[in-house]
Amino acid sequence: MAATQEEIVAGLADIVNEIAGIPVEDVQLDKSFTDDLDVDSLSMVEVVVAAEERFDVKIPDEDVKNLKTVGDATDYILKHQG
Amino acid sequence: MPKLKPSKGAPYARILGVGGYRPTRVVPNEVILEKIDSSDEWIRSRSGIETRHWANDEETVAAMSIEASGKAIADAGISAEQIGGVIVSTVSHFKQTPAVATEIADKLGTNKAAAFDISAGCAGFGYGLTLAKGMIVEGSAEYVLVIGVERLSDLTDLEDRATAFLFGDGAGAVVVGPSKEPAIGPTVWGSEGDKSETIKQTVPWTDYRVGEVDKFPAITQEGQAVFRWAVFEMAKVAQQALDAAGITPDDLDVFIPHQANERIIDSMVKTLKLPEHVTVARDVRTTGNTSAASIPLAMERLLATGEAKSGDTALVIGFGAGLVYAATVVTLP
Ligand SMILES: CC(C)(COP(=O)(O)OP(=O)(O)OC[C@H]1O[C@@H](n2cnc3c(N)ncnc32)[C@H](O)[C@@H]1OP(=O)(O)O)[C@@H](O)C(=O)NCCC(=O)NCCS
Repeated sequence: MAATQEEIVAGLADIVNEIAGIPVEDVQLDKSFTDDLDVDSLSMVEVVVAAEERFDVKIPDEDVKNLKTVGDATDYILKHQG
Repeated sequence: MPKLKPSKGAPYARILGVGGYRPTRVVPNEVILEKIDSSDEWIRSRSGIETRHWANDEETVAAMSIEASGKAIADAGISAEQIGGVIVSTVSHFKQTPAVATEIADKLGTNKAAAFDISAGCAGFGYGLTLAKGMIVEGSAEYVLVIGVERLSDLTDLEDRATAFLFGDGAGAVVVGPSKEPAIGPTVWGSEGDKSETIKQTVPWTDYRVGEVDKFPAITQEGQAVFRWAVFEMAKVAQQALDAAGITPDDLDVFIPHQANERIIDSMVKTLKLPEHVTVARDVRTTGNTSAASIPLAMERLLATGEAKSGDTALVIGFGAGLVYAATVVTLP
């Protein structure tokens, strides 16, 4: 069953917490991964791979750079989830 | 038809000795910053690298190999004449004919040992080790020297922000010989040529010769694609090597992945869920990425510092340009 926006944000919050140690409540739609959440470009690869597994999506490398904020990633997953 | 005699080898093989050579010139990040817009902090946080070694004119591929091999032979407690095979893995020896392995075999004082070079990028050590094991078990050599050696500084574009800080030079060697017990597990290896563009030499030598490009060829890569592959696909290969050897992460003492980038190492350790007690090689911090040389160099350092000891069970995994990979479980010399 496809995840809702809320579920995706909660899932991303868990992932970012696990990878960068950021409290889950800080992970909000308008937050930038690199500027606000301490996720650098390599940690972002880890976030993406974890999100792929969790939400059954494929996020190719060329799309990763467009995912600047939690909102970008959430929209992408909503659109592409299997 | 005449009946041929079967060849007769040792029941098993093991690594008997290890040696390394690091060039005398230590190059800190400050030197790298002369040519690229970056910072010491960025380089450390993205790669873990603080310093690397760059070879001078005397520290040739052959010279570094001979130094490392001499130490490995002494460590194994054998003499050079007992060596029946010399395998050199390198991508940065610029005189391709003849193979540099023949000069090394000769200068070390082997008795006309079979000698040849292989090209398997950062998986070269594992490829060489697998060939050596086969030669020993099959009976075509009693002792085989496996050398990983690189002068990657010659193939580095110092103006390329994505690679200038990564590479280093050096040589690592092991002596592989007969064993009564299995001490080199089954190798899990392979290639993914469909990803050959992710790490490669910019242009063929011939393009440079005819003046089609003015920049000497260098190694380039798609950093994030390589990072993703290295962490997630290689963790699976590492797990397969453990399974093939019939052990679990709990049985491991040491993890020696190719020293490409400390961030890759950290992520692999997490993905593999290696227990706390496993010692992890982090030689990349002071050696950089030395491709085929990185695993034996890291192995030598862990043993020299006492972080690992003879008889420990180690998982080694190499991966890189090709893309190619090789993983196996070994007993440390
Ligand atoms: C090389 C590597 C460290 C680069 O990291 P990266 O996160 O992929 O770097 P990117 O090119 O995506 O750049 C990310 C940001 O850092 C900046 N940057 C890139 N190189 C930089 C440098 N040398 N110094 C400072 N900043 C740099 C970029 O401009 C970019 O900034 P922006 O987001 O503001 O635009 C990394 O990809 C890597 O190590 N990959 C594995 C490579 C490897 O080990 N290969 C060998 C395997 S055998």
